Amino acid sequence: MKHTLSVLVENKPGVLTRVAGLFARRGFNIDSLVVAETESLAVSRMTITVDEQDQPIEQVTKQLHKLINVLKIIDLDPTASVERELMLIKVKADAEARAEIMQMVEIFRARIVDVSSEVLIIEMTGARDKVSAFVELLAPFGVVELTRTGHIAMSRGKRPT
Amino acid sequence: MKASRVILEALKREGVDTIFGFPGGVLLPIYDALYDFDLNHILVRHEQGAGHAADGYARASGKVGVCLATSGPGATNLVTAIANAYMDSVPIVAITGQVSRPLIGLDSFQEADVTGITLPIVKHSYLVKDAGDLPRIIREAFYIASTGRPGPVLIDIPVDVTREEMDFDPAVLPAMQLPGYRPTVKGHPKQIREAARVIAAAERPLIYAGGGVISAEASEELRELAFYGHIPVATTLTGKGCFPEDEDLAMGMLGMHGTPYANYSLSRSDLILAVGVRFDDRVTGKLEAFAPEARFVHIDVDPAEISKNVSVEVPIVGDAKRVLAALLVELKKLDLSPDRHLTWMKQVEAWKRDHPLVIREPEDGEIMPESAVNKIWEVSRGEAVVCTEVGQHQMWTAQHYPIRHPRRFISSGGLGTMGFGFPAAIGAQAALPDSLVIDIAGDGSFQMTLQELATAVQYGLPVKVCIINNQYLGMVRQWQELFWRGRYSHTCMECQPDFVKLAEAYGALGLRATKPEELEEVLRVGLTAEGPAVIDIRVKREANVYPMIPAGGSVGDMIMTEGDR
Repeated sequence: MKHTLSVLVENKPGVLTRVAGLFARRGFNIDSLVVAETESLAVSRMTITVDEQDQPIEQVTKQLHKLINVLKIIDLDPTASVERELMLIKVKADAEARAEIMQMVEIFRARIVDVSSEVLIIEMTGARDKVSAFVELLAPFGVVELTRTGHIAMSRGKRPT
Repeated sequence: MKASRVILEALKREGVDTIFGFPGGVLLPIYDALYDFDLNHILVRHEQGAGHAADGYARASGKVGVCLATSGPGATNLVTAIANAYMDSVPIVAITGQVSRPLIGLDSFQEADVTGITLPIVKHSYLVKDAGDLPRIIREAFYIASTGRPGPVLIDIPVDVTREEMDFDPAVLPAMQLPGYRPTVKGHPKQIREAARVIAAAERPLIYAGGGVISAEASEELRELAFYGHIPVATTLTGKGCFPEDEDLAMGMLGMHGTPYANYSLSRSDLILAVGVRFDDRVTGKLEAFAPEARFVHIDVDPAEISKNVSVEVPIVGDAKRVLAALLVELKKLDLSPDRHLTWMKQVEAWKRDHPLVIREPEDGEIMPESAVNKIWEVSRGEAVVCTEVGQHQMWTAQHYPIRHPRRFISSGGLGTMGFGFPAAIGAQAALPDSLVIDIAGDGSFQMTLQELATAVQYGLPVKVCIINNQYLGMVRQWQELFWRGRYSHTCMECQPDFVKLAEAYGALGLRATKPEELEEVLRVGLTAEGPAVIDIRVKREANVYPMIPAGGSVGDMIMTEGDR
């Protein structure tokens, strides 16, 4: 099972290296890692997705806790949190294919953000599975380039993340 | 005040009296401030020596050890020593000079990214970008190094930072900013009650104690608990001395070269109280076969050690001293009559009686290595501070030099650093000037850091080096003999210095014993010498360390003696 860890860290130089280095040294695998600032300037959030099959989650969180700059770790409950990922995807879209692609964009509530004669850039936000499903549907048209931000998440209701 | 002086003032405020270092270009401002500052500085001959000396100083004294090295090669020379302190959880603060801020990242002369290089082997590290942060950073570094699970902290200071002028008042303590660092010291009361319950209910209890007992200063609490509960105590290498080894309940060291009775007890125990240990592979051997009948209570200050290698039934995160004291209070509420596990105690005694560690008789007029260690113990009346290098001599010392007090046995356990013992002994001697400090060395290990003889002579640190000299890299040779069909690939040191002349060349006393009948007299002269001494003890060359459980094996695979395989 995949776990989404919300890791609050001090916003200081070198903290990302410490976290990434810890994963490398202990032989832990990272599926996805997003680092960005939070509502507080002094604190950044790392949203780290790891697979329980690759390593015991308890060891991952305990080792992370030992880093002096790590403030708090929450293993987010997927049923009680909102998960999102942003993707930009560039697909081949000649006159023939264009209508069909636009229809799919409509259904998935994605957006076309750039148009040229041969390709379209589509912006898509959603849970990881939905984003992946969309990629699969577009594949037959020819995906030219693709970039994803990685997975972020937030606890539902008043519970902190 | 100049920032360079602020650094020294801040060190002094932390209670530092001695630092081990080696100067260099970017350290000139700090060394200039040291010139007339009231702080002992011991000039080593290689930065690795400074790091190990700080380590030995810390282990012997219980204080934080401090070492100082210049940028680039000076800093990289500290790496082994930092890794060593990290693996054995020893509190040291390593200060390195760095090139000036505008030059960082430009591949400048003697530049090395030492915070990057040491990232996986420090408890924490700092690159100081602003002189104003120095007082806070130094305070935090000592606090982090010495609290929770101790470990090394590195402070990398660019030279231009040390040249700045700043305000400093030693009476004003800077506030620490460590919102993410809160070690758990007090064990959970419910867990402690549960631990007491399972200990009282056990039929075959055993204590497995390690270095954490020593770093928590919990030896007295451990002793009281063991006596009260009549529980035998086996220790790890780094835990040696945390329980008096001449007590009836003492089982000596466990693991690969542990005593047969410690390992037999482990294999039959139904309840193991593990304190300040990390279930290292040299102790457990094959994990599935480790203590197969036992349930575990594990006390450790580092939550990440709980259930890392072996799954534990009653974990207690906390400081060993406090938890053991609280556990004793709980045990006293329960019935713990000595009769409750009489059969077990009889069994343990029988193992101890029937399978003692053996000191072999001299063969062909040669000195047996373990008898040399035994003689060192005898001549020093078992009261020396004993350091070791790494290899066969280390295991013979662990087996045959019983230690009665904590902080009297100093050895590189986790990292297994050859060359550690001698500089560590120099550090221990600096911390305990009135004690007899002996480095029991191998001829291979000693050659890795013997240049520190000059340091010992220069500062009148009367460390005694006893080389158990078999002219082999003995432990590797032993493995080659036992597991690699006797193909001694590059383990024979055909060329060796004359250690007696070498000692004399450095201005130390050099002595040699080649026959069993010479040994006692040579040791008497050497160990009572006023200054540093090197005693070259020529032993039977191909003697092996027994008993031995081969790597990845279990108690059933134990080789008791020569030809037992």
